[in-house]
Amino acid sequence: MKVLSFLFNSSIGRKFAMALTGIFLITFLLVHCGVNATIFFNDGGETFNEAAEFMGTNWLIRTMEIGLFIGLLWHIFQGLWLWQNNGMRRKQKYGKSAGNANSTWYSRSMGLLGTLLLLFLVLHLKHFWIVSRFTDEITSGQETLYGEMMEVFGADGLISVVVYVLGCISLSYHLLHGFQSAFQSLGINHPAYNPIIKSLGFGFSIIVPLIFAAMPLAMHLGLLQ
Amino acid sequence: MTLDSRIPEGQLGEKWTKYKSSVPLVNPANKRNLEIIVVGTGLAGASAAASLAEMGYKVKAFCFQDSPRRAHSIAAQGGINAAKNYQNDGDSVYRLFYDTIKGGDYRAREANVHRLAEVSAAIIDQCVAQGVPFAREYGGTLSNRSFGGTQVQRTFYAAGQTGQQLLLGAYSALERQVGLGNVKMYSRHEMLEVVKIDGKARGIIARDLISGNLERHFGHAVLLCTGGYGNVFYLSTNAMGSNVTAAWKAHKSGAYFGNPCFTQIHPTCIPVSGHYQSKLTLMSESLRNDGRIWVPKQKDDNRQPNDIPEDERDYYLERRYPAFGNLVPRDVASRAAKERCDAGYGVGPSKMAVYLDFRSNLMNKYGRAEANKMGIENPDDETLIRLGKEVVKEKYGNLFDMYKQITDEDPYEVPMRIYPAVHYTMGGLWVDYDLMTTVPGLYALGEANFSDHGANRLGASALMQGLADGYFVIPYTIGSYLSKEIGTKSIPTDHDEFVAAENRCADYINRLMGINGKQSVESFHRRLGLIMWNKCGMARNENGLKEAIEEIRSLRDEFWKDVRVPGKKDAFNPELEKAGRVADFLELGELMCLDALQRNESCGGHFREEYQTEEGEAMRDDNNYKYVAAWEMGQNNNWTLHKEDLVYENIKIAQRSYK
Amino acid sequence: MENEMKIKLKVWRQENEKAQGKFEEYDVNTNPDMSFLEMFDVLNEQLITEGKDPVAFDHDCREGICGMCSMVIDGRPHGPKGGITTCQLHMRSFNNGDTISVEPWRANSFPVIKDLSVNRSSFDRIIAAGGFVSVNTGNAVDANSILIPKETADKAFEAATCIGCGACVSACKNASAMLFVGAKVTQLALLPQGQAEREARVVAMVNQMDAEGFGACSNTGACAAECPKEIPLSVIATLNREYMKAKMNGK
Repeated sequence: MKVLSFLFNSSIGRKFAMALTGIFLITFLLVHCGVNATIFFNDGGETFNEAAEFMGTNWLIRTMEIGLFIGLLWHIFQGLWLWQNNGMRRKQKYGKSAGNANSTWYSRSMGLLGTLLLLFLVLHLKHFWIVSRFTDEITSGQETLYGEMMEVFGADGLISVVVYVLGCISLSYHLLHGFQSAFQSLGINHPAYNPIIKSLGFGFSIIVPLIFAAMPLAMHLGLLQ
Repeated sequence: MTLDSRIPEGQLGEKWTKYKSSVPLVNPANKRNLEIIVVGTGLAGASAAASLAEMGYKVKAFCFQDSPRRAHSIAAQGGINAAKNYQNDGDSVYRLFYDTIKGGDYRAREANVHRLAEVSAAIIDQCVAQGVPFAREYGGTLSNRSFGGTQVQRTFYAAGQTGQQLLLGAYSALERQVGLGNVKMYSRHEMLEVVKIDGKARGIIARDLISGNLERHFGHAVLLCTGGYGNVFYLSTNAMGSNVTAAWKAHKSGAYFGNPCFTQIHPTCIPVSGHYQSKLTLMSESLRNDGRIWVPKQKDDNRQPNDIPEDERDYYLERRYPAFGNLVPRDVASRAAKERCDAGYGVGPSKMAVYLDFRSNLMNKYGRAEANKMGIENPDDETLIRLGKEVVKEKYGNLFDMYKQITDEDPYEVPMRIYPAVHYTMGGLWVDYDLMTTVPGLYALGEANFSDHGANRLGASALMQGLADGYFVIPYTIGSYLSKEIGTKSIPTDHDEFVAAENRCADYINRLMGINGKQSVESFHRRLGLIMWNKCGMARNENGLKEAIEEIRSLRDEFWKDVRVPGKKDAFNPELEKAGRVADFLELGELMCLDALQRNESCGGHFREEYQTEEGEAMRDDNNYKYVAAWEMGQNNNWTLHKEDLVYENIKIAQRSYK
Repeated sequence: MENEMKIKLKVWRQENEKAQGKFEEYDVNTNPDMSFLEMFDVLNEQLITEGKDPVAFDHDCREGICGMCSMVIDGRPHGPKGGITTCQLHMRSFNNGDTISVEPWRANSFPVIKDLSVNRSSFDRIIAAGGFVSVNTGNAVDANSILIPKETADKAFEAATCIGCGACVSACKNASAMLFVGAKVTQLALLPQGQAEREARVVAMVNQMDAEGFGACSNTGACAAECPKEIPLSVIATLNREYMKAKMNGK
């Protein structure tokens, strides 16, 4: 394992780990988004509940879920460590800042955006994951996950909806920088492929959070049964 | 003391080979006990420090900049010569040797120059091995271009940044030795005195520029690689910090100064634009490959350059020197520009400039060649310009950008305005064949010595000389001295001579700080520069030089009465650094004028108005002045002239002609 | 003079590394053709005649190649224009009456010496750790015996144009030196001469970079945007790749 120690003790290694876990989380987002989007079939959550059931019981998925949590925690702790550590590299700050003249604000705010996402995630896990995995209603089949969603985002769920939309906005900006940054950290930067990575990243960062945000909105506005 | 240049016996072509195989060696075990101090980390200093450390000597290297990588060699643009004959155009060691002697107007030593030409090829090999990214052809071979004063293509280059790439190569070799612990690097340190014990150079006193502390450093030998003194003119293409201090302190400690009046005025620099100007920027000589120099035929022609038709332009270099045209040596090109401007044909707001015009080559040479390649028949002017621009951009892009940045004019569209400016000093500390000064154990390398360029240096030869001295000459020649020093133990720096030298430096600094006058160091420097430029610049005459000497003396007195050096001596104090340097320039200036005054002839960069042909060409006097003027400093700025006769056994001396 | 410009300067003054610094304001008369550093010459001349301490700032070649000059002007290293150093910046890039703030490079790894001068010897130590080809003088083969495709040579040259000024570090929110290190690693990784110690080099240089206290790279691109020699961000990707390869090989 010594060969991999650089992932924890060198600046480039840490960023390499951030990139790998980041891309892993991006693929998770794609799956998550795809599964959840089934609510737009507007079939009273039937397809969605079936998918959720599958995701919750299939042993392969459940094993991968452990990997997902490891990746997530790794991404979070490494990210927080980098944020804190990088912040100490300039004790005396500039009197006047360059602002956005040489970089975008969100590329400089990944730690902040990530922290917002983390807070959102805690709420999100409490809303759905804990409920779906550990409470009796859903595991015993009395209540469906779809029903749970309807409850959280329904007519009384305005605050939740706002929080979720804000979470999706944070996600979008986090991805706008994170997606292509991950490739750069992995050393993938080639004039022939850069435009592809760039447009793919841009599309992903806009479309996926938009779909996510549409779910609570649609439920809250009563557009789904 | 008689000057002994210690040139080895034998045929010219065999001297160096024989020398190398017979010079005494120092065995590896002894090398570890021998310490060498290298002052200056430009091409000569960095390459010498690295090479000597690789050989096993203990090296201490000093530079006043914050990093050895910033030495002014970094600013050399055009290229480096080497007799590789890769272009199959008839180049050879002999031809490079001959061109250099001729270009130097027969005032350089045959043996030194031949050695330089011999090792030139190895420099290119060494640099390539270090990863210097020279320009290349599509087949992967190295590319060459031509420079002034030659008719072959022997100049290797890396865009317009050759000096930078070569220096970074030498710097990386130096840093490698620093990393290995063989070199101890002292940056932001300035040498203030050579310490002599029993007549031999045994160390230096250096000031740590950050803390202001004076430090004593011992060495079995001391190498000065501290560059030239062009900044005596205030305005020059040198860096702001370039100075004569180390060489001057050595001179004061007994090292003779050779040919101080031989300064090179570079023909293609951006003209002065205002009184606040702090330095002049060079436009590489390589531009003369493709730029044509002209002025309007009509005096005070106020039309825009592009509006002046072809037949109303005077391409005066092509007119006067048809064989070499725009590629005549620097001294010739500079004087020709001055002649035109003095005669009233100058251009631009100050009327002290000439045009360097790329349009015709951009269109007709490159544009047309590209069009031919692409099979475009009868291309219009616009197409030619567009295609030519791309080629020119690749060759000189960074220079064009630099010009635009400074002048706010686009040289792709309008001709550059250029005027000569001080660029290089051929003169320097007198050294023998071993590069040793008249002080045993004290060496001078690169621009700091006088040795290889005679009265005028050819383009792309400074880089060659700096690296030749550092990589390939000193590693051999230093053995001749150090082999006799293996019994000398390191001398502790509490030795009386070290203490006395440090005290002298401390007193000197106290004196400077104590004047507390009203005028800034900068203002004195500016005034000195003006005297030098007007009276000891591109053209000199007896009266002017005599006046200049008086003016410099009184300016020096005024300096020591009325200069103001703010700040503290025991802290970071750039004004104090500058004050010490200007104080030395104020002495050097006088010696330059003295030297120019005694040399009653015109040769190379030294043009005495009294000695010219009817056509205005320089008139050399080989019967009376075929010697190196080596000046010995006595008390109170009194100098004694020693002469080293130059013997030409292999070259027939002729009046230089580029017609 | 007709083109005269009046500028208010807010300059960072700091006695030495340990001292507390602060901004001080100065009025300077300048003109559009003056360079930014020449304006500082004028200011210093003014301060000296007034019996005050002139502003210490680093500068040397004043033609954009030595890498010595280092001012953060209105928050931007080397000022508002791209592709140039402070010494190449002219007052025509500003307007009459402007207030301009001038600060030193700020990074823990570049301690302030005085006012606007900083100590960048950390860069030298990174090069000393591995930024070279280990070839002793006299060991070279004929320069044309190894052919290098023009495209490769040009790319290596592009990376090699780095002047080591440190603008990348000063622009980066993490004070990261990845662009500087990436440029050298890229140059030597591209050339056949640099192959023998390719892996050892990148690891040694990155270790030194980390030990010097530079931050990690966040890929914001500020370094490349402010680089006076316009070294591209791709050199950082190359550095990442080279480092990863070396690490995976157990270096």
